[in-house]
Amino acid sequence: MKQSPRSLRSLPPRGHVSTFGRPGGTDMARMARKDIGEIRGIIARAKRLDVIFGVAGLLALGLGLLTFATLFVDMALDGYSRLTPDFFTEFPSRRAERAGILSAWVGTTLVMLVTACVAVPLGVAAGIYLEEYAPRNWVTDIIEINIANLAGVPSIIYGLLALGLFVYEFSLGQSILTAGLTLALLILPVVIVATREAIRSIPSHIREGAYALGATKWQVVQHHILPYSMGGIMTGVIIGMARAIGETAPIITIGALTFIAFLPASPVTGTFPFLSFEWLQSPFTVMPIQIFNWTSRPDPNFHANAAAAGFVLVLMTLTMNGLAIWLRYRIRRNIKW
Amino acid sequence: MSANRLSHRASRHVKERIIESILFLAALVSVATTLGIVYILVKESVVFFNQVPLWDFLTDTQWTPLFDDAHFGIIVLLSGTLVSSGVALAVAIPLGTLIAIYLSEFASARAREFAKPVLELLSGVPTIIYGYFALLFLTPLLQKLIPGLPGFNLLSAGIVMGIMIVPYVASISEDAMRAVPMSLREGSYAMGATRLQTALKVVFPGALSGIAAAYILGISRAVGETMILAVAAGMQPNLTWNPTESAATITAFIVQVALGDLPHGSVGYQTIFAAGLTLMLLTLVFNVLGHMMRRRFREQY
Amino acid sequence: MAEPKPDLDTLPLKAQASALDFYYGDFQALKKIDMPIYEKRVTALIGPSGCGKSTFLRCFNRMHDLYPGNRYVGEISLHPDNVNLLDKSVDPIEVRMRLSMVFQKPNPFPKTIFENVAYGLRVRGVNRRAILEEKVEEALRAAALWNEVKDRLQDMAFNLSGGQQQRLCIARALATEPEILLFDEPTSALDPIATASIEELITELKQRVTILIVTHNMQQAARVSDFTAYMYIGELVEFGWTDDIFIKPKNPQTEAYITGRFG
Repeated sequence: MKQSPRSLRSLPPRGHVSTFGRPGGTDMARMARKDIGEIRGIIARAKRLDVIFGVAGLLALGLGLLTFATLFVDMALDGYSRLTPDFFTEFPSRRAERAGILSAWVGTTLVMLVTACVAVPLGVAAGIYLEEYAPRNWVTDIIEINIANLAGVPSIIYGLLALGLFVYEFSLGQSILTAGLTLALLILPVVIVATREAIRSIPSHIREGAYALGATKWQVVQHHILPYSMGGIMTGVIIGMARAIGETAPIITIGALTFIAFLPASPVTGTFPFLSFEWLQSPFTVMPIQIFNWTSRPDPNFHANAAAAGFVLVLMTLTMNGLAIWLRYRIRRNIKW
Repeated sequence: MSANRLSHRASRHVKERIIESILFLAALVSVATTLGIVYILVKESVVFFNQVPLWDFLTDTQWTPLFDDAHFGIIVLLSGTLVSSGVALAVAIPLGTLIAIYLSEFASARAREFAKPVLELLSGVPTIIYGYFALLFLTPLLQKLIPGLPGFNLLSAGIVMGIMIVPYVASISEDAMRAVPMSLREGSYAMGATRLQTALKVVFPGALSGIAAAYILGISRAVGETMILAVAAGMQPNLTWNPTESAATITAFIVQVALGDLPHGSVGYQTIFAAGLTLMLLTLVFNVLGHMMRRRFREQY
Repeated sequence: MAEPKPDLDTLPLKAQASALDFYYGDFQALKKIDMPIYEKRVTALIGPSGCGKSTFLRCFNRMHDLYPGNRYVGEISLHPDNVNLLDKSVDPIEVRMRLSMVFQKPNPFPKTIFENVAYGLRVRGVNRRAILEEKVEEALRAAALWNEVKDRLQDMAFNLSGGQQQRLCIARALATEPEILLFDEPTSALDPIATASIEELITELKQRVTILIVTHNMQQAARVSDFTAYMYIGELVEFGWTDDIFIKPKNPQTEAYITGRFG
């Protein structure tokens, strides 16, 4: 099968001096008329720089991670003494050792509930529209440019929007509803972009298969697009919520009180219809506001409270982001179209 | 039979149209948000500028809106914003670029797979936490190095802000460099170039507009950042270009006013909208520039 | 190629592959390749897709070292030094400095025309303007591009046409005076006119340098090469003077491929 090349001329004499692997060779290489030894020197220098840069890059990466570890450990150490069960069940107090984050975490939970209820349906619907329905025209272009720009608007601007529009024009007050709506608008671009990316990763032959069976557009969306993109959408929603949970500036801007020693009305009641929406109008505080409040006080005892609450908040955001990353990793691994 | 079918199709058609309209309205919410922002900022600012001449706003060197002798020189707040952003960029650009080059050209696939999500986690830390870190960890540390450094200062806030945007800058730059086709790298390696030579002379210039976009979007984030500055840089308006001083930024001023209880409709209340409008225009310029760069880069490959 | 063919034993040898195996991870892409490369001759590698011809070419300048999991067994000795290019002690960077490569798709760097050609010299630490200018002009002339670009050396290389870009890449490869020029299907992304000019260039270049070219176009192999090697699923099936391979192949499989009956 295989035919060996014909016998060729013999190799050059054994005694021939190699210019490779040994310095000070002849000008055989003729590399830009430079001596081979000089070339080797240049390669060695270039490689040294290579190594130095590699180490520098690793150090830079390490520095980033180290800062984060320091931040985490510093907070844990500062707040360690305050992380007791009481800390989670006490209201804020004028005395640092007795203060807790009950109203803060309840407020955060309720605000997040509003945010999720508004941002998820709106964001997913907008994402579906842009991917599956939108015609290629100037209206669509405006919507797309607009979403890209909204993602870059500083969060405090959303606070000003909420202050002017929700608090005063719509008279919603400095309530849980206002805060929830504000944060929902803030994370809307995140949810929309995640939805679009998830939908875009569904190959068109899936759609075509369904259309070929006579499905309408909405049926295709309902039966195929939404279920298949659910994982990706969830990832985006979680990342958006993790961002909302830590947002401080817009909530401060709407004038949320920082000293709240009571809980909003319970959403579940004992009498018919068992649900109450009174809590939506309630004043509130949230975790990041509580941390800001305690950090801004000169008394170092309150700094320990801030550290403890900060540790809890970081843990919450880390868990959420970690969950999102893991979810995305799983989707990437499992889906093979 | 055929009439029956037709009517069925018509009702189906109506249902589809209704659903499409609902989805379209949802997409319009984002446009409405932008319009709402512009409306509110402009509306309150117009009232503000009826009382404070634009010229004074741009040229006055004092910012004392809450005093009896009120001055409205935005340059005072702008100086704080620019100095702190400058410090942040001095940290974020070198570190972010170094990390991006390292991850894109030097690190193994496994190291990259580990580092990218960790960077992502880092960028998810709430900024109030970074503020705490700047005020209560970094500032005491810096005070040991720089005697006389005040408890509130732009330097500490700027450095921490820089660290906060490192993952952002690194991630966008890395994406840009990875988008440079492998054939260019091979061309360079085939000439006997090392990794560093290839990275600096071929990949970096090839990804330049994408990397520039990363820097510009980083600037935009620094300019709009609020909590780190409100916590660690102080809220005293101070016209300074010295990062070791305390100064309020545009964002910190808005927080300061919001924390007090200014009556709705007062000049003080309108001030924050004028400041907000300035901030919005500033970040808008950077964002538009950044997105244009990014688009140009995407078209290149 | 009309003149009588010299005896192979008298031809100077530039390189020799001996018992060369190559693995992508567990997959063996080259099997026991033995093949000579004669000095200042054009050797063409032909064969159906996936036969390993590009893989073989990329062994010569150790491009496979760039990706993890690749493994060479056997040797490629470079003459006259008679050193094994694939030996672990040999620096792949030095190998790549001595052997240049031109790729399938033109891949000019995002730099000016001048800097593209000067790149290899700069990598070698040459920074003197006068030397660079001289070398760049020489290389561009050799690549038959000088007249077209001499007035716009500071233009970005992207602005050139596809054929010009490929000639620029050839100039880039020539500027460092390589001992062997490796071409990996250099015309597959070009139109027929640009292809003709590259082919003409290759025939001229063999006065100066040894050339190894991978092509999937048999007419091209017949037009430009002195020697042709036919490969099939990682093996060298037949090697010989191009005339012989195309007119009277010894192996029936080669003949089937040449005559278009398969592949």
